[in-house]
Amino acid sequence: MPFGLLRYALGSRYPAGPDLVWPAALGSTYDVVIIGGGGHGLATAYYLAKEWGIRRVCVLERGYIGGGNTGRNTAVIRSNYSTPAAIRFHKESVELYRRLPAELGFNLMYTRRGQLNLAHSEASLRSFRLRAESNKFYGVRSEMVDLKQIRSIAPALNVDRHRFPILGGLWHEDGGTGRHDAVAWGYARGAMRRGVEVHQRTAVTGIVIENDRAVGVETERGTVRAGHVVQAVAGRSSTVARWAGITLPIRSIPLQAMVTQPLKPFLDPMVSSADLHTYIQQTARGELVIGGNIDAYDLHTTRVTLDVKEEMAAHTLELFPFLANVRVMRQWAGIADVTPDASPILGESPVRNYWLDAGCGTWGFKATPATGKYLAQAIAIGKVPEILHAYRLDRFRTFDLVNEMGSSAIAH
Amino acid sequence: MKLIPCPVNGLRNATEFACLGEVRLAPGAAEDNAWAAYVWDRENSAGVVREWWCHLPSTTWFIAERDTVADKFLKTYLAVDLPEDMR
Repeated sequence: MPFGLLRYALGSRYPAGPDLVWPAALGSTYDVVIIGGGGHGLATAYYLAKEWGIRRVCVLERGYIGGGNTGRNTAVIRSNYSTPAAIRFHKESVELYRRLPAELGFNLMYTRRGQLNLAHSEASLRSFRLRAESNKFYGVRSEMVDLKQIRSIAPALNVDRHRFPILGGLWHEDGGTGRHDAVAWGYARGAMRRGVEVHQRTAVTGIVIENDRAVGVETERGTVRAGHVVQAVAGRSSTVARWAGITLPIRSIPLQAMVTQPLKPFLDPMVSSADLHTYIQQTARGELVIGGNIDAYDLHTTRVTLDVKEEMAAHTLELFPFLANVRVMRQWAGIADVTPDASPILGESPVRNYWLDAGCGTWGFKATPATGKYLAQAIAIGKVPEILHAYRLDRFRTFDLVNEMGSSAIAH
Repeated sequence: MKLIPCPVNGLRNATEFACLGEVRLAPGAAEDNAWAAYVWDRENSAGVVREWWCHLPSTTWFIAERDTVADKFLKTYLAVDLPEDMR
């Protein structure tokens, strides 16, 4: 990569055309139609084309690519989960993210900074111990740290004078961050170069089903026939699945975040507090990205509220009191599709040739590469890979839930 | 702070309330799939929904009809006033 960059810099031939070339006409038949041009849908299209040679793929996006939850998350990439299924899945996703900028030839601004989780209660400490040991068993770097180690990992953090004393931490060295928009753009470019069509401002209005088999979608621009249909519409999963006659175990809840004015670099790791329900990281341009808890009740809107911002600000000041006079520049919300066990629903549905990518809830961004890769594999060979078995929709009939409710600073 | 109309206590701060989920009828028969669906699946409608809510300080359980897209409470009433077929 460094030599490639040097050759590029010294050469005289810079790319003349745009990265993304939009197709004009919507075709009438594709092998695979993917509803939703976010990171997940575009990644699935990319891996279908790249790894399985399935290029007659069409991604339909109602707005613009990466404009939904892909552009609304707080861009945390990590694999320090609780259950074996989730640790293995997210370990793979973190690995894919690490290699992705080179693979796509696209700057995702990926940096591995580590994530520091703070426990302010015995209950959180216990869950951290479980996560640390389970993570190590599956080859993910997580360890318990004491106050002395916390001070050396994050010197700017207020450790000593706390209303809710910090009892210990979970240090996850593999944690990182990246530019979330670029993930969508990078996958889109990679997919388009291999023949995938991405149609923006093309809303899907229904699913065409014949003999219990998905055979296409209705759009504002006409009917499109397809061999397989994939839904990857975080925030609208229940609505779209209902078009296919499927009722999902999902609730849609807003998740709010905000960004402060830029400051000089003072915070390298991402800091997350399990008990204060707040997570903070400093971006490459110095802004602090602050995320909080999900809202108190279900909504299908990205409206924002002052009380959630006040809570996030108050908890941030517990951790970094010197930020008291820092201004908030932007704030927003995404809609998280949350399942009863806080794990996603990936793979087959009751309708043949209709594939689900739903219920990633509050951590869809970090799951993007692994979801795309294995969903593409499932569609290509017609068999769901073993790594996705735990996430089948059917687990809500056989009561094989995958409890990940405690694996983030967000209370589920 | 958002205010929610409790049918007993009037307009109160949203933080005094808990949403307890969609008003649904339990399956009549002891059939596994129907019960699993009842336990886990949700309509999760974008639009007007009918839900159980509770005003926590007074433990008043009531029914709220609200718009999940506009974030507006349209109507709140006690469960005795539920339509006959929803009881």
